[in-house]
Amino acid sequence: MSETRPEKRTIKVNGNEIEVDPSLTLLQACEEAGEEIPRFCYHERLSVAGNCRMCLIEVKGGPPKPVASCAQNVKDLRPGPEGAPPELFTNTPMVKKAREGVMEFLLINHPLDCPVCDQGGECDLQDQAMAYGRAGSRFEENKRAVEEKYMGPLIKTIMTRCIQCTRCVRFATEVAGVNDLGLVNRGENAEITTYLEKAVDTELSGNLIDICPVGALTSKPYAFMARPWELRKTETIDVMDAVCAPIRMDARGREVMRILPRIHEGVNEEWLADKSRFVWDGLKKRRLDRPYIREGGKLRPASWDEAFEVVRARLETTAPEKVGALAGDLVPAEAVKALKDLTDRIGTPHRDCRQDGAKLGLLPNGERAPRSAYTLGSTIEGIDRADAILLIGANPRIEAPLVNARIRKNWLQRMNLKVGVIGERRDLTYDYEHLGAGPESLTALADGKSDFLDVLKNAERPLIIVGMAALSRGDGGAVMSAAMKLAESVGALGGEWNGFGVLQTAAGRTGALDLGFLPKEGGRDFAGILDGAASGEIEVVYNLGADECDVAKLRDAFVIYQGSHGDRGASVADVIFPAASYAEQSGIYVNLDGRVQQTIRAYFPFGEAREDWAILRAFSARLGEPLPYDDLFALRQAMIADAETFAQIDTCEIGAAPRSADFEGAGELSSDPFGSAFEDYYLTNPIARASEILRECSDTYVPKPAAAAE
Amino acid sequence: MLQDKDRIFTNLYGLQDPFLDGAKKRGAWNATKDMLDMGPEWIIQQTKESGLRGRGGAGFSTGMKWSFMPKEVKDRPHYLVVNADESEPGTCKDREIMRHDPHLLIEGCLVASFAMKAHACYIYIRGEYIFEREQLQKAIDEAYEAKLIGPGNIHGWDFDLYIAHGAGAYICGEETALLESLEGKKGQPRLKPPFPAGAGLYGCPTTVNNVESIAVVPTILRRGSGWFKSFGRENNAGTKVFCISGHVNKPCNVEEEMSIPLRTLIDTHCGGVRGGWDNLKAVIPGGSSVRCIPKPICDDVLMDFDALREHLSGLGTAAVIVMDKSTDMVRAIARISYFYKHESCGQCTPCREGTGWMWRVLTRMAEGNAEMHEIDKLLDVAGQIEGHTICALGDAAAWPVQGLIQHFRHEIEEKISNYRTGPAQIAVPHMAAE
Repeated sequence: MSETRPEKRTIKVNGNEIEVDPSLTLLQACEEAGEEIPRFCYHERLSVAGNCRMCLIEVKGGPPKPVASCAQNVKDLRPGPEGAPPELFTNTPMVKKAREGVMEFLLINHPLDCPVCDQGGECDLQDQAMAYGRAGSRFEENKRAVEEKYMGPLIKTIMTRCIQCTRCVRFATEVAGVNDLGLVNRGENAEITTYLEKAVDTELSGNLIDICPVGALTSKPYAFMARPWELRKTETIDVMDAVCAPIRMDARGREVMRILPRIHEGVNEEWLADKSRFVWDGLKKRRLDRPYIREGGKLRPASWDEAFEVVRARLETTAPEKVGALAGDLVPAEAVKALKDLTDRIGTPHRDCRQDGAKLGLLPNGERAPRSAYTLGSTIEGIDRADAILLIGANPRIEAPLVNARIRKNWLQRMNLKVGVIGERRDLTYDYEHLGAGPESLTALADGKSDFLDVLKNAERPLIIVGMAALSRGDGGAVMSAAMKLAESVGALGGEWNGFGVLQTAAGRTGALDLGFLPKEGGRDFAGILDGAASGEIEVVYNLGADECDVAKLRDAFVIYQGSHGDRGASVADVIFPAASYAEQSGIYVNLDGRVQQTIRAYFPFGEAREDWAILRAFSARLGEPLPYDDLFALRQAMIADAETFAQIDTCEIGAAPRSADFEGAGELSSDPFGSAFEDYYLTNPIARASEILRECSDTYVPKPAAAAE
Repeated sequence: MLQDKDRIFTNLYGLQDPFLDGAKKRGAWNATKDMLDMGPEWIIQQTKESGLRGRGGAGFSTGMKWSFMPKEVKDRPHYLVVNADESEPGTCKDREIMRHDPHLLIEGCLVASFAMKAHACYIYIRGEYIFEREQLQKAIDEAYEAKLIGPGNIHGWDFDLYIAHGAGAYICGEETALLESLEGKKGQPRLKPPFPAGAGLYGCPTTVNNVESIAVVPTILRRGSGWFKSFGRENNAGTKVFCISGHVNKPCNVEEEMSIPLRTLIDTHCGGVRGGWDNLKAVIPGGSSVRCIPKPICDDVLMDFDALREHLSGLGTAAVIVMDKSTDMVRAIARISYFYKHESCGQCTPCREGTGWMWRVLTRMAEGNAEMHEIDKLLDVAGQIEGHTICALGDAAAWPVQGLIQHFRHEIEEKISNYRTGPAQIAVPHMAAE
């Protein structure tokens, strides 16, 4: 990739001169000139197929036939006589006739079932037939019908509607990196199918639905649910993984009907992972819609007033140092800030947001770690520029599918990107060198016992990514220290390139770390609070949406659970404060490259559930210690006072690169191999576990241990 | 009329030994080293000067095509690929060359590869050509044995020759689909540009040539470009193997000079049209993909690229399909239309959808079960396919239909009106009551 921009070239589009980059295709050049070119097979982020023939335009001086504008570059245009600029036309009779002809061919075998087609209203074929097609049909033969195909629990196929543009095949092979889809047979009998009709096995399969220009591949869970024009569209962000992809939530009333990606070059390009896309049915199931109080071992519905009173009374009789506070993975930063301030008012040092026990946010000497030590230093966009990548205890394919897609994109473009993996041997959709299973391989690599050290050293922009599987173990601090040292020794931490990164898995974590929701001096960390609760040293636990921990240890303590779903955390709660989910409140989340983004309320919370921060604010008033903010604006001002980064929405400001010297003395490396952050991609949080769609995905895609016959 | 002494393929009929001894007696492998010693530039120049136009159908200057290859081998090797996927209905010239004169082809491969600085050449042979593959393989083995080709051969140009056997798809005769198939992928044409000379087989500079184009080169170089140029009209030089089939008394392959009148060709070599020249109805002069020409044109048309072009037809592969008055033209073209529908690769829209549409309409028309306005519709559909596709198969499917409507529209109309009036009224003539 050369940095120098080539000289512009002058061309004429419909008689208007315009200067364009010669590497553009004619289609892009025409678009720059303001001309719309219809297309089906062409997609900006996929290879060029040139097979739909809808984008035909006329090139003056060329052969007397139209040219597929998506498949030719401006630099390949021949100049006119005496060096005159080449001329393109998009409005001549030849172009009109060509478009009408192609459109007619596309429609002759396309069923006229728009009234029952889920693509209706947002169908490229429908729109372009209106704009570029003829009025009537001249086709008097029988139409072709194609058998349906099975593509898994997410994708519904109506293959008769397929126009063989092969976008889906190209997406699957190029972006998702699976060879599951293909075009079989030839001529009229050509059909898109999966290999032996098995499910498309990728975490990005939902994008096939977006990418299909017609109604051949549609969303199975969304089938016959709604029409696009009935839905209220909210532009928000996703919190299912730490990428926090920008999404659009389409809701009718209080029901989210579907989730679609928005385009953001710095985060998701235009893709979305399946868990983020299909979690929507989990938003309306197993919801906590009113406060509960446990009486006689059973939870009974209560009013907010009662619930607050019970907790207040209990806190009054409890010593402050016997109170602990936990924050979970899906919690917006506002709630974390409110809970942090609340614990300060109560006067307890026991609080933590790292429910997997990751050694993040604190240096071995107990000081706050710099921001660059718990984010992805290169930024997600920067992965494109890395020229050697080392993954330590990370499986980005399931921990952050969109990050994995970026790495694959880089690998495809460079063709010689070297990727090394220390940890489990998994299919990451690109080739990598497996350097070993555990910390001893990391040591060996750092000592130069592996050739991969030279790869990293010779790379201009090496990138070392440490996963949560490596950091959430007892020796996580030591792994961090070793990885940091390695990064420093290969020059990943110098100058403008920050090639050290942590692959977070929780959307709420970075924000909580930014706010410093970490044990204060003498305070217990997450495991410490759980152990304390089990041993009786901690009597009251305020659990703010933490469900992925060993909740059984909380059984003997008095637990206040604040969250949106009746999941593990609620099962051991003594008082439940029902809260809004990420779809129902405006909250700030910081993603894994330190980008501050906010969710927007798509609909109001169910029942008596309230926004997270508002519950804490109201409760603090009941304690007689009202928090000093009455609205979201004031709260956010207070957050900015804590961490300036919250002042800038949608920017990555991670500060200076970390120094390995700060991480010295974190203990010894163990010899256990790195495991994985989680096994089941589809069921990692309470909302996902409430979703039937994702449960079905889990049943289909995640191998389950075989049960013994009885 | 071509004299025997000027024939290039002297064993076209397989009457002599096709293998090395026999081939050497007929002149193959004679002075090959001297040709190579003259250098690549000379070979390309001679080929250009001879006026040889590609024998695969399009008729592009072979020497010109070779000169598109990069002059120097840089980071990527050069390849020569010989297109022996001869599947055009009516065409069987390459078959005879590979069966009976394989050494001319092998020698041509060596010379052409040398001219383009390629050390490897692939012959992509049609799936159905099993005997031809065996013959050719045997000849290649002989040539290796005799150190005519292969590493360290007597010609001083390391050269390997491989046969790749296709699976029988017509589309793999299209040069870029052939390259895809050769690479082990699905035989679907590539987008051009880039052309194979820039990025062909495995992304390397490649030239794809027809069997006949390659096989005539050594003889041209031996006898001089002027000799080859002396046959045929200006811009249509040389000799050519014609494959005449259909309603002639003696169907045959014959090497003749270019620009021979069609009537002379048929009368001299094929014993005339069945039932005499006046029984002729139409001729498809260049394989099934070109437009047919009716008898009035056949009377004096010359068999070369430009003359047939003037009549909106083409020389194509010079596969002359002769049809006498017993032919039902509509059914004949409907059958050709079925062929293209069957062989369409399905990659791009106009060809995938349009070939099936044309075939269905034509099948109904062959019975007469159609409306008059459908003739114009059919012509329009053919026009919508032509020129709008990635490769030339779309054109090849449209041209026969256009030719039919251009010259035999009255036959379609007649069928439609007969079908309407009903068979009973045709069978029973009007008679006075008795």
